[in-house]
Amino acid sequence: MTETGTASRETHLLLTLDVNGERHELVVEPRRTLVDVLRHDLGLTGTHVGCEHGICGACTILADGRPVRACLMFAAQAEGMALRTVESLADGRQLGDLQQAFTEHHALQCGFCTPGFLMLAEGYLAETPDPAKDEIREVVAANLCRCTGYQPIVEAIEHCAARRRARNPKEK
Amino acid sequence: MKPAPFAYHRARDAAGAARLLAELGDDAKVIAGGQSLVPMMSFRLARPGHLVDIGGLRELDYLRAEADGSLRIGALTTHHAVETAPDGVIGPGFRVLRDAMSWVGHLPIRTRGTVGGSIAHGDTTAEWCLLAVLLDAELTALGPHGRRVIPAAEFFHGFYTTALEPDEILVEITFPAPAPHAALTEFAERRGDFAIVSTAVSLDLGPAGEVRGGRVALGGVAPAPVRSPEAEAVLAVGAAAGAEAELFTACAHAAAAAADPPHDANGSAAYRRTLIRTLVQDACEEAMTR
Amino acid sequence: MNPATSGRLVGSSVRRREDPRLLTGNGRFVDDITLPGMLHAQFVRSTVAHAAVTGIDLDAVREVRGVVAAFDAADLALGDISARLDRPLHEFVPTDMPILARDRVRYVGEPLAVVVARDPYAAEDGIEAAKVTYDVMTPVVSDTQALASGAPRVHEAAAANTLVDVAMFATEGIDDVFAAAPCVVRVRTKTGRQNALPLETRGAVAAWDAKEDQLVLHTCTQTPHQVRTVAASCLGLDERAVRVVVPDMGGGFGQKCVVGREEIAAAAAALRLGRPVKWIEDRKDALTASFLAREQRYDVRAAFDADGAILAIDADVVCDMGAYSCYPFTAGIEPLMASAEMPSVYKVPAYRVRGRAVTTNKAPTAPYRGVSRPQYVMVVERLMERAARELGLDAVEIRRRNVITEFPYTGINRITYDPGSYLESLDLCERVLKDEGWYDARDAARREGRHLGIGYSCFSERTGYGSTAFAARKMRVVPGFDIAEVRMDTTGAVTVTSGTQNHGQSHETTLAQIVADELGVELAKVRLHQGDTDRVTYGWGTFASRSIVVGGSAVHRAAAKLGDKLVEIGAHLLDAKPGEVERVPGRIRLRDAPERAVTYADIADAAYLRSHLLPDGAEPGLSAVASFDVFDDGTFSNATHGVVVELHEGTGRVEILRYICVEDCGVAVNPQVVEGQCRGGIAQGIAGALFEQITYDAQGEPSATSFMDYKVPTAWEIPDVAIHHLETPCAFTSTGAKGAGEGGTIGAPAAVLNAVNDALAPTGVELDDTPVTPETVQRALENAS
Repeated sequence: MTETGTASRETHLLLTLDVNGERHELVVEPRRTLVDVLRHDLGLTGTHVGCEHGICGACTILADGRPVRACLMFAAQAEGMALRTVESLADGRQLGDLQQAFTEHHALQCGFCTPGFLMLAEGYLAETPDPAKDEIREVVAANLCRCTGYQPIVEAIEHCAARRRARNPKEK
Repeated sequence: MKPAPFAYHRARDAAGAARLLAELGDDAKVIAGGQSLVPMMSFRLARPGHLVDIGGLRELDYLRAEADGSLRIGALTTHHAVETAPDGVIGPGFRVLRDAMSWVGHLPIRTRGTVGGSIAHGDTTAEWCLLAVLLDAELTALGPHGRRVIPAAEFFHGFYTTALEPDEILVEITFPAPAPHAALTEFAERRGDFAIVSTAVSLDLGPAGEVRGGRVALGGVAPAPVRSPEAEAVLAVGAAAGAEAELFTACAHAAAAAADPPHDANGSAAYRRTLIRTLVQDACEEAMTR
Repeated sequence: MNPATSGRLVGSSVRRREDPRLLTGNGRFVDDITLPGMLHAQFVRSTVAHAAVTGIDLDAVREVRGVVAAFDAADLALGDISARLDRPLHEFVPTDMPILARDRVRYVGEPLAVVVARDPYAAEDGIEAAKVTYDVMTPVVSDTQALASGAPRVHEAAAANTLVDVAMFATEGIDDVFAAAPCVVRVRTKTGRQNALPLETRGAVAAWDAKEDQLVLHTCTQTPHQVRTVAASCLGLDERAVRVVVPDMGGGFGQKCVVGREEIAAAAAALRLGRPVKWIEDRKDALTASFLAREQRYDVRAAFDADGAILAIDADVVCDMGAYSCYPFTAGIEPLMASAEMPSVYKVPAYRVRGRAVTTNKAPTAPYRGVSRPQYVMVVERLMERAARELGLDAVEIRRRNVITEFPYTGINRITYDPGSYLESLDLCERVLKDEGWYDARDAARREGRHLGIGYSCFSERTGYGSTAFAARKMRVVPGFDIAEVRMDTTGAVTVTSGTQNHGQSHETTLAQIVADELGVELAKVRLHQGDTDRVTYGWGTFASRSIVVGGSAVHRAAAKLGDKLVEIGAHLLDAKPGEVERVPGRIRLRDAPERAVTYADIADAAYLRSHLLPDGAEPGLSAVASFDVFDDGTFSNATHGVVVELHEGTGRVEILRYICVEDCGVAVNPQVVEGQCRGGIAQGIAGALFEQITYDAQGEPSATSFMDYKVPTAWEIPDVAIHHLETPCAFTSTGAKGAGEGGTIGAPAAVLNAVNDALAPTGVELDDTPVTPETVQRALENAS
């Protein structure tokens, strides 16, 4: 990349991405979206692609702790950010508490949208540990699910938040 | 739905970005949060040969409450930063800005999308465009020949075109005076969609809470966000505290009657007029409670 | 079911076995598959709705950086996809769907050439370089235009653009019934064209396996064996030389139960190039160029006596099936479903129906969750409420007077309905809404000038269509049976294969529950495998709510057969006769001396590792294969939905305040999974009633090319659903289960539309077309005031 404007369109970029605490160096075309790079250059296929125009949210990941659409970013824009994907949520084979809440509430059927909802909720609850149900619903409305009718997703997130608060009462 | 090829340039500072734009010419485009540009590129509706990424310019990410009562917003401030700004930064005088953020897309859009990006994109229904027009924001552009300030009233030329020159970037948005009694509301079929019609109202209230006048801005009714002089003329008549209901109804009707909204797949002109009436009334009532 | 072991797992909401991998990002969907040397395909698609193709020039495509190859129909010379009904030409006009269009295009988005490149970005660059010339013809963009005299023909063979025209029933004297009836009501409705919209788009990875001498086609299909049949036929291969493998699937809802063109073109490219080829449909193509559904027009009259008893239904159904028949169902899928089932849950003495499929210059259609039932249920339920209004009856009371209450009941449509809880579900749903105070709330709101409405739908859903049911519709290719295999290894672990195909329905959990119960083993010891035509004997996949009825019964039968074998060998090892032993969890023991037992592990040890211990003539190994088919009219799940809406004056927004679902799918193998099916189905039904639609302009250009235009509802629009269960077990499935996959979608549009119309009652306006948009509602409210 350059500030001089002399780069040709074929120029590839050497990028360093920080994903789930691991640094990756890779050479990509500038036009590659972050989600394509995560999935196909880094092999992190847990993040899914549902629309490539920022509406469905299947590609939601965390960038510096905040939920973002990985299809609405070029990988080059993500340099210097701490990225987190669904692969970071479990501790080995032990599901994280949010994942546990999703399975308890049957908040997934085909599971395709699930990583996006998990990362959306993970980022949201980190910032808003004590949300009202309607606030959760409003946030959940960011992503599309075709299987569940959303109710169990909202309930799973609400339940997870309640459990976290019970564990860390000072967060209330 | 993969973007066409482009060359990527990362700006080191705002001046450098403007310099790059001047060098690269018409084939270059600025990318900030990219929440509007990237989807257009994925559909190949936009295919700039060069992208100048200003997303890393932290110098343009700020919210500053000034002593003169104005609020200065760096162009790269995200919607989410506004939404979550503490009271010390966005006080009661600009609460409308913070409240309006819940209408901007969804959380993962607001974490990336920027105030400057939204205004520079110039969508007629966009919340920031409407707020800028409503509150007479001053938009500071930086180009190869330095900075210039463009009043919001002269900024939006319609259909995603603005007063920005191709080699200028928007660096700051200034809301000159507090608007403590203001509200924005809109209607879309689905949560988070672009509004079919959006409205924003700012009321001037006297010490006893009486309405002395106000401003009304409409989005989705013309190629650019517009004020409604007819509706504002009604508000200027004023009403005593507690007696404003009729005034608001008249204001809403005036806004609807004077508008000449488009007819498209999202709604007929008649429906949009109904929405204007409903939403202006709602916005007036909400503004009154602020 | 074996009485000694039954009931531990079936009926219990055990945690899903699919979840851990899907929650951790370890699911493997088709786009997650990467093979060495893999290339990426995308398609040059028609930009016009109807034209003769005068030239396809791909030379410039092949020059694009990163493009490896480009093929048109002439390059690949593939067979067509042919779907047939066994009906005479005046009832069914066959049309073939080419893999790539040759000299004629029939919809915007129809594939003309496949471009193969080193990555999907370059493939799209290549597409832009294609030059296609057309001799544009007038497109047919609506059913009314299709049927108008002098309309252009979409297919030369189809006069009046009619692919299917069947008058399935016509009760003698029905006109006299209408003439004499004290009350005749009529509903004319048009329902919007929808996309089933699995969140995972279609896709495939095709590669030649030289060692196995086979094409391996990874694709997300609901019907792997049928894809194999068609792929082999189009590619000119023996069926054994095609192996279809289905990885995890991100939904299907019917769109993936037909055979698509692109997966076969990708396979052909892979064969030609000798390299793996991946095709992943992008969302724009998924919205405009995949399979759509549901665009139908009804003109239906119903006659009632003065007490509200229905006397007759007379229906004309026209389904806009788009450009081609889908395999294996054909363009008959929607009109034949509507014609066969329309009398619904009511005792209808006289019935006449004409069902037609017309072809238009739009993307073709596939079955979509519910197939015509969301529409005809909506029509029949609107007829009920309209008649109630005319006769001054309560909307629930008129249904009460008409629902089938004695079973089995053989209807005018010659279908025999097995026992259900039609009346009970109706009563309970009404009671819940009354107890919760919604009737009072509605009346109070009306007094305040607000617009609240309550609406119902009462319906059944035939599940587990067997081969006789599909044969009755005269399909040339007749789905129905399923084959299962259950195998136990030397550790006592159980491997099950089923010809059904999970794509979100939790089969890995529910089918394992059935097998684990039957064999008396831990659920964790049972593993289900589907979606591999080399591993699974044969089956018809998953659609039409068939899996728990047909697939569940097949795995149960196979498990029971394996159980018999365990008994046979176990008895021998105990020096007893089979009749002297019994099967208890994990063991075979003597009835009279239960302390004398052998474990399954002991039996497996003998069956595999010490086969000299087996009884004379016993086959070594522990496996059993069984099939299941439904030879009667299947089994009917049923439900009543009750909905409360408020219409917001000034915007026309329809807000759903309350949603009650009283459902009966017999014994719920996993109640939480059933509730998930209900809620998800209802969300899709609401989507059709209020939000989603793809329209076409006069040039045949589709309106919805993105999720900005195709308005899939979010968590903000979809309400919570309160579910109440009734249980009328199915007599012929081992578990007593009936299917539960489609009911939610079937019932929702009718209930929502009735609630909207109830809210509009004071205005005198009635709305029958879907989706009901805010603008339509607002106009209705304005007209009244």
